[in-house]
Amino acid sequence: MSKPDDEKKYWLDDPKNIDKVFYTILVLCALVSVPDILSLFNILYHKHVEFEFENIFEFYSLYGLVCYVGLVLIAKKLRKVLMRDEDYYD
Amino acid sequence: MIEGLNPGFILIFGALLVPITSGIIRSILLLTLPVLALTQIYTLGLGTWGHYEFLGLSIELTRIDPLARIFGTVFCLASFMGMIYALHVKDTIQHFVALIYMGSAIGAVFAGDMITLFVFWELTAISSVFLIWASRTERAYKAGMRYLIIQVSSGVILLGGIILYYQETGSIAFNYIGLTGLASGLILLAFGIKSAFPFLHNWMQDAYPEATVTGTVILSAFTTKLAIYTLARAFPGTDILIPIGAAMTVYPIFFAVLENDLRRVLAYSLNNQLGYMVVGVGIGTELAINGTAAHAFAHIMYKSLLFMSMGAVLFRTGTIKASELGGLYKSMPVTMVFCIIGAMSIAAFPLTGGFVSKAMIQSAAADGGMVVIWLIMLFASAGVMDHSGIKVPFFTFFAHDSGIRVKEAPMNMLFAMGFAAFFCIGIGVFPGLLYELLPYEPTYKPYTAGHVITSLQLLLFAVLAFALLMRYKIYPPELRSTNLDFDWFYRVPLKWLALAIGRLILVIWNWFLGIANDIVYSIINTTEKTHGDGKVLARTTSSSTAVMIIVAVLGFVVVFFYRFLQQPLPM
Repeated sequence: MSKPDDEKKYWLDDPKNIDKVFYTILVLCALVSVPDILSLFNILYHKHVEFEFENIFEFYSLYGLVCYVGLVLIAKKLRKVLMRDEDYYD
Repeated sequence: MIEGLNPGFILIFGALLVPITSGIIRSILLLTLPVLALTQIYTLGLGTWGHYEFLGLSIELTRIDPLARIFGTVFCLASFMGMIYALHVKDTIQHFVALIYMGSAIGAVFAGDMITLFVFWELTAISSVFLIWASRTERAYKAGMRYLIIQVSSGVILLGGIILYYQETGSIAFNYIGLTGLASGLILLAFGIKSAFPFLHNWMQDAYPEATVTGTVILSAFTTKLAIYTLARAFPGTDILIPIGAAMTVYPIFFAVLENDLRRVLAYSLNNQLGYMVVGVGIGTELAINGTAAHAFAHIMYKSLLFMSMGAVLFRTGTIKASELGGLYKSMPVTMVFCIIGAMSIAAFPLTGGFVSKAMIQSAAADGGMVVIWLIMLFASAGVMDHSGIKVPFFTFFAHDSGIRVKEAPMNMLFAMGFAAFFCIGIGVFPGLLYELLPYEPTYKPYTAGHVITSLQLLLFAVLAFALLMRYKIYPPELRSTNLDFDWFYRVPLKWLALAIGRLILVIWNWFLGIANDIVYSIINTTEKTHGDGKVLARTTSSSTAVMIIVAVLGFVVVFFYRFLQQPLPM
């Protein structure tokens, strides 16, 4: 292992570029939402659904977002109960 | 080659050559054996071989049918991959036990009867523990012990089930069993332990992260998938497996979010992936069983890939704690790319293995109208995106720069990762090749506009959620910690209870010893009072008195027997 002193700068080292990554994600999310928006006007896209609720506007997007945030928040709460020292069992 | 030889034996017998080889010869041997085994599977084709009558039991050493073949095939590929990954290791024991372990897993898949299955089942347990102990640390030794106890218990329960099943049915053929009573219940329990059912799962998260760098990769592929195979063989359509599997998809992901040891995160995520397969077995339709088999295949590829990339990080940096790592994309870029391929594959992005396999199980649940199960699995899919799709690559290769600068992973490790990555993407792009191996007619079409778009929506919005949580600093930081799981019950209260019982036994034993001592002393004292120096029975008497006594006794005997002999002897 060597010390990273005068090594080359990487693209991600610049905080501005991290913002760019964030905005790219936003754009990608907007793009994949387009089909649902179009389907509001009955253009182009026909989802093959198994359950009625899959037709809810942006069902998958919202489900993904809500589940993810919910999972992380619940896990954070659980940490208060479950977390112990690293050498707890030793 | 011997006609009908179980392909597993090729690896097991080949392992015997390991101690007498070294250097390049050993490397060639290690890589050739899995290839030979795979060739054996496909030269034999479908059928059964090796019938013997043993103590009235019909043994069937080799049975190849489509269900066994797909698991056997992926096991051979995983063996090959694992051996490339372990080529740099200079540890004869590890190579030896790894071959035995992989061979017995392959052997178990092709076993036609339950006695053969049982023998291989136990052999996987006993051989695999050495891959954990090979770490040669105190932690690994203890974790290995717990692992061995649980694994061997599974075998013992299986044997009990087999014996009862034989008494009920008179057959030991390993076919559909179904949950009908105690015998089948025991067999299901044995399979459930190795499949890491909820509350029977801790052996995996406990032991896998303590194994060697290469050991964990090899362990992760076989034991649990062998168990899934046996479930799919013996218990398809068993309803209870559906809620069990659904619980398995959810329960581990909370721990995966919190866990700091990234190999343990992957063990939790492995557990979650098994959940999908168990649900598939529980549904039991042709589509669901196809889904389970396909998912097991794809899963072995991406999960090995993830374990290999984390193993390479551990090998180079000496730690695998998320709290210590970060910024490794600068020094291990190739490993990073492979890790991301594995991560996208497990998260089931289109054009990866997970996308074409997991969806079959999801779809089978929808066909059966199981709304709740379907929603739970979809929730777990968003969860997979977090712990394996994002957390593992992000905290290792990105996040804050830990300042760790190391060399890229060794060449053999990169090759092995490349091999797995090739399959992850190959399966995703050409699912037809995998579908041809499936046990039933493949009817599922993964690439519909709806499926691609809904998957992308789910996954990308999960990524967005992560980005938001990071940006607003809500995402829980990685902390050095132990998180209590179900194993706390047997590692703390049960241990305390066992020690308390031990102390109680000691107290009772000491009490018993005390009483016994008292009795012995009192006997000695009494004896001393009667037989002691100068006491009544120890007094010496003259020889004439002694002769008198002897004569008197003799006289009595003579008179008594004379009287007795007068009567006729009873006939």
